[in-house]
Amino acid sequence: MSNNESHITSYALNFKVLLVLLILTTITILVIKAHLGAFTVAVALTLASIKCAIVLTYFMHLKFESLILRLMVGGVFLLFAIIIVITFIDYYFR
Amino acid sequence: MNNQTPTAPLNYLNHKTGLWSWLSSTDHKRIGLLYFYCIVTFFLSAAVLGLLMKIEKVAPGETIMTAQTYNAMFTLHGIIMIFIVVIPGLAAVFGNIMLPIMIGAKDVAFPKLNLFSFYLFLGGACIALYSQFAHGHSPDTGWTFYVPYSAEASSNVVIALTAAFTLGFASILTGLNFIVTIHTMRAPGMTWFRMPLFPWSLYATAWIQLLATPVVGITLLMVIAERTLHVGFFDPKLGGDPVLYQHLFWIYSHPAVYVMILPAMGVVTEIFPTFSQKPVFGYVPIVFSSLAIALVGYFVWGHHMFTSGMSYESRWFFSLLTFLVAIPSAIKVFNWLSTMYGGSVDLQPPLLYAISFIFLFTIGGFTGLTLGSVATDIQVHNTDFVVAHFHYIIFGGMGFGFFAGIHYWFPKIYGRMYNIRWANIGWGILFTGFNLTYFPMFIMGIQGMPRRYFDYDPKFQLGQTISTIGAVILFTGLITMISNLIYHSKKGAIAPANPWHGVTLEWQIPSPPPHENFDEVPVITRGPYVFDNPHTK
Repeated sequence: MSNNESHITSYALNFKVLLVLLILTTITILVIKAHLGAFTVAVALTLASIKCAIVLTYFMHLKFESLILRLMVGGVFLLFAIIIVITFIDYYFR
Repeated sequence: MNNQTPTAPLNYLNHKTGLWSWLSSTDHKRIGLLYFYCIVTFFLSAAVLGLLMKIEKVAPGETIMTAQTYNAMFTLHGIIMIFIVVIPGLAAVFGNIMLPIMIGAKDVAFPKLNLFSFYLFLGGACIALYSQFAHGHSPDTGWTFYVPYSAEASSNVVIALTAAFTLGFASILTGLNFIVTIHTMRAPGMTWFRMPLFPWSLYATAWIQLLATPVVGITLLMVIAERTLHVGFFDPKLGGDPVLYQHLFWIYSHPAVYVMILPAMGVVTEIFPTFSQKPVFGYVPIVFSSLAIALVGYFVWGHHMFTSGMSYESRWFFSLLTFLVAIPSAIKVFNWLSTMYGGSVDLQPPLLYAISFIFLFTIGGFTGLTLGSVATDIQVHNTDFVVAHFHYIIFGGMGFGFFAGIHYWFPKIYGRMYNIRWANIGWGILFTGFNLTYFPMFIMGIQGMPRRYFDYDPKFQLGQTISTIGAVILFTGLITMISNLIYHSKKGAIAPANPWHGVTLEWQIPSPPPHENFDEVPVITRGPYVFDNPHTK
């Protein structure tokens, strides 16, 4: 397994990732002012998921992990997404 | 805590002595025992509260406590039993003690994190107790903390919420530790399908602990934020939605039922082959049924909310999924019975408890279908029927699974034998008391007796009195069983390494196990349930 290997990412890459995260955070704040109605939560959750995926991939080095580990993390995201969708189905039909 | 004679070989109980050696130990077996002593203490305390509530209801009207005291008691009973006893119970005790041994490892993957989890658990338990005695009223929301009441009640709800949050954190860390342990520390040759079924059940459980617990953790924090910062999440007064709270609470708390029951299923799955001296029937279906229960269990939470104003579409959707989760549970029951069929059945105390588990869990399961069906659920919602159902599942399932486990692994853990006759007597009293306590509640529930009421219509008196008598018998059975175990943990006859002729790894090492379990790392060359020893008939 790759657990014991060290992966050094460049400052440039880390800085780019940071920049992307800050831009996404800014968009998250601006979305509130855009008055998207029922879609506000969906957009906010999507942006948060993208930010989370970026942090996991680069800062937490998931990029360098084995396929099985990446699949497990992907499975967790999928599970969470299904739970959110099922919850909001109730709101849609109520 | 050193219970061995001076000439006893070094083992995990006596290789270091003194209180500090226990409180600072990172040995998984010692941590398991620390959990065990704490959980049993809390269990007995909450059982006394349950008994007092039953005594209160021996006759209509106020008998031994006021309505407010009754509300505080069922809340504390629920918080202790759910968050401190049954959710961590089997995984923290037998998972810690047995998991590394059963997979051929010397310890869990993160021993220090394991000790930290224990102290988080202990801290959470102390905060839960503090909520009862701190300035102000004891929490009276029930263990579910439903808003808007929990957002507005003047009792110590924030402290109780903090306790549940802390206990949840301990559960997450234990789950994480077990997942990494199973992935990375199995003995050479122990492939996934050579792993015993108790570790498999812990693996499925650990994923639920890891993924579902954070949801309730955040939800409880949101209630705290609502109370302290007046942010509107759930309270309609602040623009929130109380049904959203119920969604988020049950997204965790229904899977939490499987956190309780899956390890118990794992325990009895170990017991049936050993006391039938026969390989487990359907190893692979049992593995996949555990995983299926864990997976499907995530999507059935809405059946707790059929009367909460949820949409019609969501109600039938959750009802359908609830019926689906019965399938893997039934697969397990058929496999356990088939394991015993044609075997050389030895009716020792662990098997008595394991068979009782099937009986009680089946009653709990079938009555669960009544609650999973929308039409019948609306009839019996919030009645004693629900209380009887979940006690059959949680106490009859997880509780009897726990008792089965302690009677099975007791000789391994302490290196001594308990008195078999007294264990059988204790089981008989317990089983009788259990059914007398809870079965009348099914009938009263169908007749309309509401849950969480300290008073009742006189027409329920016969049922309530039978239930109270049952509770006294049940408590007597508990004391008989526990006294037998406590006394013989010190004074019992020395146990051999393998008193039940088991074949999994824990029975191949001395009783009690050495500090690091194995002198040499075992190499696994076959499946876990091959009975080719001389005792096999």
